[in-house]
Amino acid sequence: MQKKRFMITVDERLCKGCENCINQCPKKVLELSAKLKAYPARQEDCIGCLRCEYICPDFAITVTEIKGDSNEN
Amino acid sequence: MKTEIVLSYLRKDKLPHIWCPGCGHGIILGSMMRAVHKTGWKKDDIALVSGIGCSSRTPGYVDFNTLHTTHGRSLAFAAGIKFSNPRLNVISVMGDGDAVAIGGNHFIHAARRNLNITALVFNNYIYGMTGGQFSPTTPYKAIASTTPYGNIDKNFDIPSLAIGAGAGFVARSTAIHVPGLDDIIYQALNYDGFSVVEIISFCHVQYGKRNKLKTPLSMIDWLKSIALPIAAYEKLGEEQRRDKIPIGIFKNIPTEEYSQKYIKEIIDPNKSKDSILKDYCKAKLYDL
Ligand SMILES: Cc1ncc(C[n+]2csc(CCOP(=O)(O)OP(=O)(O)O)c2C)c(N)n1
Ligand code: SF4
Repeated sequence: MQKKRFMITVDERLCKGCENCINQCPKKVLELSAKLKAYPARQEDCIGCLRCEYICPDFAITVTEIKGDSNEN
Repeated sequence: MKTEIVLSYLRKDKLPHIWCPGCGHGIILGSMMRAVHKTGWKKDDIALVSGIGCSSRTPGYVDFNTLHTTHGRSLAFAAGIKFSNPRLNVISVMGDGDAVAIGGNHFIHAARRNLNITALVFNNYIYGMTGGQFSPTTPYKAIASTTPYGNIDKNFDIPSLAIGAGAGFVARSTAIHVPGLDDIIYQALNYDGFSVVEIISFCHVQYGKRNKLKTPLSMIDWLKSIALPIAAYEKLGEEQRRDKIPIGIFKNIPTEEYSQKYIKEIIDPNKSKDSILKDYCKAKLYDL
């Protein structure tokens, strides 16, 4: 079976850089940027558990499954 | 995937909210919105009421009928709303200071009376908004701005207080036990009668910094280490229980809701609740 892939978007207007998502991600996908906002440094490792979405107090992070042609990679 | 659901219930022009970076209150707000979404209620059929405090800023961000009232009076206003327009689903949010310090009397009497209101207590063990004074839930020996030598008062156990006062649905969870918290709030919303959910939040800014828990991460790890399911808690001995808090549903029994009792015993025992509600709403020009 093809591994599911996910896209992570961070709304920089809402993110306060508290690092909750960074600390709770079991796959260490997220990091803090120079602007002190979370960003997906290793998006390909995301397993779609949504822990970051649940623990974000600012509703800044969204995980969506990438659907479509899985032969691409 | 879930963030879109939460945002669809919020007043996006009011974001970002005022809570400090990482504060547990925002996590609880998200959980509440997912629980409301699961009920399928329309936004206009919900009234969200609060008192004063960081937690009480919640209604400002939510696109329901909202009321931000005075400190400790969230439940008094909520009861008034429920009486005057019983078709609304009424939710009351409070901080620990709001609910069991200045609002303690409203809290026990609302539980005793048993109107259909969902009371959500965001307990961060401190007065967050006003500078970290101790509250009736501040743990023994904890440092607050008004207990610089450690708190020697005994603290309230909110579920025991609610059960003692007669609430029919009583539960406790924490801000970090998401999405499990969504389900507990959902059950509380659906309960026909007065329901109480104590939600342990965290305030690293006013509570944490004085108690060696300066960052949201250290507060989250601390909550992980002290919270455990009721069944596991009950297996522990007296000594081991001291630093732990049981989470889960403590009480969930059907009770006679106040407005039904009022109809039966005061208005007309032969009429059904629905027909009385209809007449009532017609008289008040509400749509049912
Ligand atoms: C009648 C009255 N007394 C005192 C205050 C000051 N005051 C504002 S918020 C607050 C305590 C807030 O603590 P809590 O309810 O636990 O909420 P939190 O800020 O921790 O979420 C106090 C004492 C007030 N606004 N009104
Ligand atoms: S003072 Fe505490 S409770 Fe208030 S927003 Fe900041 S972290 Fe949250």
